[in-house]
Amino acid sequence: MYKYDENDRRIVLERAAQFKSQVERRLTGALKEEEFRPLRLQNGLYLQLHAYMLRVAVPYGLMSSTQMRMLSHIASKYDRGYGHMTTRQNIQFNWPKLDDVPSILDDLASVEMHAIQTSGNCIRNISADQFAGVIADEVVDPRPYAEIMRQWSTFHPEFAYLPRKFKFAFTGATTDRAAVQFHDIGFHALKNDAGEVGFKIYVGGGMGRTPMIGKVVSEFVPEKDLLLYTEAIMRVYNQFGRRDNKYKARIKILVHEMKLEEFTRRVEDEFTALLEEGGLPLDQAEIDRVAAYFVDPAYEDLPEKSASLDQNLADNRDFSFWYRQNVLTHKKTGYAIVNLSLKKPGVPPGDLTDVQMLAIADLADKYSFGEIRSTHEQNLVLADVRKDDLFDLWGALNASGFADPNIGTLQDMICCPGLDFCTLANARSIPIADKITSRFDDMDYLYDLGELKLKMSGCINACGHHHVGHIGILGVNKKGTELYQITLGGSAGDDASVGKIMGPGFDEDGIVPALEKILATYIDLREDGEEFLATYRRVGMTPFKETLYANH
Amino acid sequence: MQIIKDKAIVEDQWVHFDGQGDLPDGDLIVSLDVWQTRANELQGRRVGLQLEPDQHPKDVRDELANFELIAINFPTFMDGRGYSYAKILRDRFGFEGEIRAVGDVMRDQMFYMQRCGFTAYEVKEGRDIHDAIKAFDDFSVKYQVSADEHIPIYRRR
Ligand code: HEM
Ligand code: SF4
Repeated sequence: MYKYDENDRRIVLERAAQFKSQVERRLTGALKEEEFRPLRLQNGLYLQLHAYMLRVAVPYGLMSSTQMRMLSHIASKYDRGYGHMTTRQNIQFNWPKLDDVPSILDDLASVEMHAIQTSGNCIRNISADQFAGVIADEVVDPRPYAEIMRQWSTFHPEFAYLPRKFKFAFTGATTDRAAVQFHDIGFHALKNDAGEVGFKIYVGGGMGRTPMIGKVVSEFVPEKDLLLYTEAIMRVYNQFGRRDNKYKARIKILVHEMKLEEFTRRVEDEFTALLEEGGLPLDQAEIDRVAAYFVDPAYEDLPEKSASLDQNLADNRDFSFWYRQNVLTHKKTGYAIVNLSLKKPGVPPGDLTDVQMLAIADLADKYSFGEIRSTHEQNLVLADVRKDDLFDLWGALNASGFADPNIGTLQDMICCPGLDFCTLANARSIPIADKITSRFDDMDYLYDLGELKLKMSGCINACGHHHVGHIGILGVNKKGTELYQITLGGSAGDDASVGKIMGPGFDEDGIVPALEKILATYIDLREDGEEFLATYRRVGMTPFKETLYANH
Repeated sequence: MQIIKDKAIVEDQWVHFDGQGDLPDGDLIVSLDVWQTRANELQGRRVGLQLEPDQHPKDVRDELANFELIAINFPTFMDGRGYSYAKILRDRFGFEGEIRAVGDVMRDQMFYMQRCGFTAYEVKEGRDIHDAIKAFDDFSVKYQVSADEHIPIYRRR
C-alpha cells in the first residue's frame, strides 16, 4: 500500500489547518454560507437532512488496519457509532458536528487519510478494481497509476472549479469490476502487442438523470502520457463544459453535444500543444517508485491445495456455501480473496459499526497483511488470505457479522441512503432494501436465481447505481407518495448497458410482490444455466411487463 | 484602491475604464470590446485587457504584445475557465506581463490562481485583503507542475 512521504504528510496537515481556518471564518460570519459551501464540499462536507455528513476518501478503495481503527475511533467519538461505505469506495459519517470536523481531519491526517475532493466540482477521489494486484485475470496492476493520478489531481490548481464534479476510475483486468464505462473518465490499463503499458480511455460515462455509457477517446495512451493526456481532456472540458445549466454540465453532455469526433479532435490538439510547449511525460522512475509500494506482500510458497480447507469444505456445509459465494481465486497459489458481506436483513447496505471496524482491522492484521479494501458494491475485501486460514477466518467473520454467503446474489444489493439521510431524496430506500432482503432470505432460492445485481437509488441522481442494476429500483415522488420504479437490463460490466424503465412504479407495499413476479418470470423463461441478464437480453422486456402488469 | 500584487499589498496604478465617455488619464484596463472600438484613442497608452470567461486568450494571441496586463474576470468564483486561460497565457503564449484576477476573488481561490500564473488580485470588495494575502502560505507542497513550478514533485523529492 502507498506510504506517505514528508510531502504527502505535509499536504494533508496543511489542508486540515486550512479547513480549520475556513470553519472559523464561517463560524464568525466572515464567510457566508454560499461562499463556505463550495469550500466545505471540496472537503467532503455536506449539509444533510439532519446534520452534516463527512465523506472520507479511500483512494482506490485501499485501507490499512491502522486506518480502519481510526475510522472506528471517529465513528465512536464524533458520530453515532457507525459509518457507511459508498459506491465510490469511500466512507461516510452521518452525524459529525461542524465544530468537530477540523479535529476529525487532524485525526485522519495522523493515519494518512483525509476528505480532500470527496465532493464538489473537482476531480473526485479515484476508484478502482477492488481486486487490483491479486486477481488472476489482471493484465496491469492499476494501483500505481491510480496513486499517481491521486497526487496529480489533489489540489490541481487548474481543475478545482470545474463545471461539475468529475469522477475517474481505473481497472487493469480483463474483466471490468470498476464500472469504468460509467465514469467521466474511465482508464483501462492494458498492454499493446509490444508489451508496453498504456490506457484505453473512456470519456463521458455517468449515471444521474441522463445515464450514458462512456465513449472511447483513445484506444491506447502510453503510460508516459497518462497525465498530459488527462490534462488535455480536462482542459477541453473546463473550457467547453456547460455552466449555464448544472444538469447539462457533465462531460457526458459535452461529448454528446459536441460529438465524439470533434471532442477527440480538440483533445488531440490540446495534447499536441501541451507537448509542444514542453509538457513533461511521466518519468519511468516515478512510475517505478510508486509501483514499488504495490509489490506483492511477503507471500509464502504454498501448495495449490490446502488439505485442511478441503476437509473443512467437506465437513461443513455452511462453510462451503460461504466459500463458494464469497471467496475468489487468488493469483498466488495457496491464497484466496475473501469478500466480507456488509449486506443482511436489518442493516442498511454498506453500514458498519465502530466495533465491527475494530474487528475487521484485527482480522486484516491476523489474516491479510493488515490491508482492507472497499468495493463499489459497498462491501469489504481481505485480499490475501492463506487457504489454510479460511476456516478460522470464516468463524471470526461469522462472529462479527460479515459472513453472510450472499455476494453476487440478490441480497447483495447496492442502496443509497435515500430519504433517511439525504436532502435530495424523493423516497426512502434503506427501509425498502430491508423489506427486499428480508423477503428474499432463503439462500437456496437466491442461489438458484444465480448472479443478480439489484441496485436502488432514492432519486434520479443514481448514487445507488440503479441504471446499471440487472434490476434497478428508483424512488420517485408522485403527488406526495413515494413510488418505486423498476428498470431491467442494466449492467456496469464489460457488456455495459443502461436499464430500461418497465412502466408505472409501485408503492412501498407493492414493490416486493413486483420483484417476486419478475423473478418468477425469469425462472419460467430461463434456459439451462442462463443468468437473469442473459435471459432478459434474449427475451426482452415484454414477457416481464406482461406478468407484472397483468392485472392492471 | 489596494490590491495584492507580487504577494504584497500595494496601491493600484490602473484604472478600469468601462468605455463610457472620454478616456480618463492613467493606465487603463479595458474590455475586448472597448479595445476594438476605441483602438485609435488607445494608441500610445499603457493598456490592460480584461477577458471574460467566454473569451479565450487564443483569440487575442497576436495582439498580446500590446498589453502590459491581462485581467481575467471571475463573475462568479465558481466559473473556473479563467484558471486555464492564465495557464495558457503563461505557458503557451509566453505572456510575461501582469495577469490579474478580478471579480469574485476571495482568499480561498488565490492559492490556485497564483499556481496558474496570476500575479495580481483585486480582492472582492468587503474582504480583508490582509487576511487574503495569507492564502499563499496555505500549502507548501505542490503535487503538479504548473505555471509557477515546472519541475514535477518527483524530481524534487
Ligand atoms: C447523502 C448524501 C448524498 C448526496 C447529497 C449525494 C448527491 C449526489 C448528487 C447530487 C448526484 C448527482 C450527480 C449527477 O447529477 O450526475 C449524485 C450521484 C452519485 N452519487 Fe451521491 N449523494 C449522496 C450520497 C451518496 C452515497 C451514499 C453514495 C454511495 C452509496 C453516492 C455515490 C454517488 C454516485 C456513484 C453517483 C453517480 C453519479 C454518476 O455516476 O453520474 N452518493 N450524488
Ligand atoms: S440517489 Fe438521490 S437520494 Fe440517493 S443518495 Fe443520491 S442524491 Fe441522495
